[in-house]
Amino acid sequence: MTMTHMDANSPAHGSHPMPPGMLAGTAADRAIAGAGLPEKISVRNLEFFYDGYRALKNISLPLYDRQVTAFIGPSGCGKSTLLRILNRMYDLYPKQVATGEVLLDGTNILSPKQDLNLLRARVGMVFQKPTPFPMSIYDNIAFGVRLYEKLSRAEMEERIEFSLRRAALWDEVKDKLRQNGMSLSGGQQQRLCIARAIAVKPSVLLLDEPTSALDPISTAKCEELIDELRSDYCIAIVTHNMQQAARISNFTAFMYLGELIEFGNTEEIFTNPTKEKTSEYITGRFG
Amino acid sequence: MTEIALTLTDAHASTARRARRQRLQDAAFRNATLAFALLVLLILGGVTVSLIDGALPALRMFGFGFVGTEVWNPVSEQFGALAPIYGTLLTSIIAMAVGIPVSFGIALFITEMCPAWLKRPLGVAIELLAGIPSIIYGIWGLFVFAPFMQSTIQPFLIATLGQIPGIGNLFMGPPYGIGILTAGLILGIMVLPFITSITRDVFETVPPMVRESAYGLGATTWEVVWNVVLPYTRTGVVGGVMLGLGRALGETMAVTFVIGNAHRISSSIMAPGTTISASIANEFTEAVGDVYTSSLVALGLILFLITFAVLSIAKLMLLRLQRKAGV
Amino acid sequence: MTMSNSATLATPIGGLYHRRRIANKVALSLALGAAGFGLFWLVAILWTLLYNGLSAINLSLFTENTPPPGGEGGLLNAIFGSVVMTAVATAVGTPVGVMAGTYLAEFGRGTKLAEVVRFINDVLLSAPSIMVGLFVYEVLVVRMGHFSAWAGAMALAVLVIPVVVRTTEDMLKLVPNSLREAAAALGAPQWKVITLVAYRAARNGMITGMLLAVARISGETAPLLFTALNNQFWSADMNAPMANLPVVIFQYAMSPYEDWRQLAWGGALLITVAILLLNIGARLLAGLGTTRK
Repeated sequence: MTMTHMDANSPAHGSHPMPPGMLAGTAADRAIAGAGLPEKISVRNLEFFYDGYRALKNISLPLYDRQVTAFIGPSGCGKSTLLRILNRMYDLYPKQVATGEVLLDGTNILSPKQDLNLLRARVGMVFQKPTPFPMSIYDNIAFGVRLYEKLSRAEMEERIEFSLRRAALWDEVKDKLRQNGMSLSGGQQQRLCIARAIAVKPSVLLLDEPTSALDPISTAKCEELIDELRSDYCIAIVTHNMQQAARISNFTAFMYLGELIEFGNTEEIFTNPTKEKTSEYITGRFG
Repeated sequence: MTEIALTLTDAHASTARRARRQRLQDAAFRNATLAFALLVLLILGGVTVSLIDGALPALRMFGFGFVGTEVWNPVSEQFGALAPIYGTLLTSIIAMAVGIPVSFGIALFITEMCPAWLKRPLGVAIELLAGIPSIIYGIWGLFVFAPFMQSTIQPFLIATLGQIPGIGNLFMGPPYGIGILTAGLILGIMVLPFITSITRDVFETVPPMVRESAYGLGATTWEVVWNVVLPYTRTGVVGGVMLGLGRALGETMAVTFVIGNAHRISSSIMAPGTTISASIANEFTEAVGDVYTSSLVALGLILFLITFAVLSIAKLMLLRLQRKAGV
Repeated sequence: MTMSNSATLATPIGGLYHRRRIANKVALSLALGAAGFGLFWLVAILWTLLYNGLSAINLSLFTENTPPPGGEGGLLNAIFGSVVMTAVATAVGTPVGVMAGTYLAEFGRGTKLAEVVRFINDVLLSAPSIMVGLFVYEVLVVRMGHFSAWAGAMALAVLVIPVVVRTTEDMLKLVPNSLREAAAALGAPQWKVITLVAYRAARNGMITGMLLAVARISGETAPLLFTALNNQFWSADMNAPMANLPVVIFQYAMSPYEDWRQLAWGGALLITVAILLLNIGARLLAGLGTTRK
């Protein structure tokens, strides 16, 4: 890992999405953006079909470890679909088919022999709307842990505290762990969902518009949290809020009508996009 | 290929084993639910087969004539189903003649006329009444309604309608109190809450926009109901009525108390008669001899065929309305 | 709108409108009359029941067994029998119904088989209960050679199943898919997604369904007539005929003895109150489930 790549973190730290004088690279530079970083996930020639309709067209891109990659694009462009392939959530529904390769640590997770439950334990996901289970805060988090680990009571308590702290929720709920998870506020519920995902100790986190149902203050908290989680996980986030993508991501993929139009360092995508469509979208001319 | 899973989770053999176990548990659970779903089919199949099996001796003995003969003589072991079939159909027709317009009126009252504060309590009350077991209607019929029929209604009918040539035949004979007419009327009261609550639900599937645009054209309440709500919900209303009919046809306890259990077809609807379910309820435990028992089971088979057809039609009609309403 | 205005607008339309208004008045009055008529009888039934039933209710109703003709007694053995058979039927029928309903809502979505099962289940839901009695008679009573409480309980269980199937399916369908996805995203296998998350989210509704089923079977008479039969004495033997409220009410009401008829009224009121309470409880519970959302 070189210094250049470390710089990729910088936009996340300030409220200025485009610090001047940094990384105004050319398209040629961009082709190797991120080169040298370890690829956690490699998507290769991915196609996706809903009941025969081609929703994703020949997508190839890397997701780097310990980096945040944002997927942006107008509604229906396939960004959420792509995310739901990375943990094969689409498998819950009939008539949905993905072709191509998605390598996670070098193994193709699209293989029919892939055990879906183990894959999903390895790739955590947080959804658009908070989805607390109808049980206590404690049980919400213990649910996923109990699936694959047998922990003693003390270990479990430790794990729950760890994940709640990591999700910046501990101080707010430590005295009411036995309360129903649905009694929390929307922002707290979403952080509970993030804690729940973390508790299983995944190495990848998929965030599907995690703040779109939250108020501005909760959104800011969640963004802070994502920034902190960056150091431990490979994070993919779908967002339709471009400022958010600029604020928190290291890499950005712009998608349109099922195609990947452009992928690169976030600053470059936002300051100097190479494609006409990308610049039209980020300047708000459509979408 | 558990190797993939292994490398993927950095995990130990125990995780892979757990994954394999989970797959087995998943399959087991899925197949268990499937088995119980099939059990539902099996129950209906079992009812059909056991009824046919039980009815065979009687059907072999009497052939199709069983359906067409009125005689019911346990002593000479001669049995025919005509009287119970006649009673079943006639009581149900009377019940529907009373039940349909009155339920319709109540549903109309609840959906279009009653003040908002009364709407919910009345709806709930009707649904609670639909849960009251039929035996309550039966014992009320025996102790309250039948004497009332005998002392008031029937003498009145005999004195008025009974004097008219032609239809007068329907209202002749002594006022027994019990009989086909009484049973039919009690059935009618019993299906009231049932048809009402379905009709009300069905009326409420009409989108407010449709209703409002009709009112917007200056239509009166009645015109909206008759020209807009009813045509829109026709299949649903018919489905609800058919469900009520299915209930009336198969109802046992509300009828058995007051039907009189007489295996004969009288010209008067005030005379005692019997229905399929009442015959079975009254005689089954006392039936001696295979032919007698088998004849009662054969009655059950006929009832099964009739109600199955009626309920199927009802269900299909309600399904059609549901598709239309996009529920 | 002033009178002169509408009159000058078009006199023929005014006449037509007049007729329409009269038609409306007549139709609505008829509806009102029908509503009054129908509700009158329903109220009359409840009133008679209350009037006659209350006078029959006393302590011995709950402490003494059913008496011989002309004797004094209560309904203890019948109440006990009804409770036992209802409990057994619910215990047997509920799991079956829950599992079948789970198939319809979770695994069978969109399949032909599920459609057939759903249809047949709806037919069973309103099938005459006396046929269920005949079925169990043929299958159990004839084979065992005698009437028994088991047979009665099985007949009632057959009635429980369709109710529970229906409500389980409906309630599971109300559970948002996002909740299932969230559980699956943690790596939970489908059976755990369903049993630990979906069932819990649908719990109130499913209990409601069970209460409705209990309410339905506790008044059923026809399927017990030739399965559990009746028993004048105290019996806790599931292998023997067992007394139960509905059949006792039936026999006592049809009898010529005044004491027996009194007991029948008392039993009828007991059953009705129990069923109303069950229904109201089910409703309250269902209401709780919707307001919490």
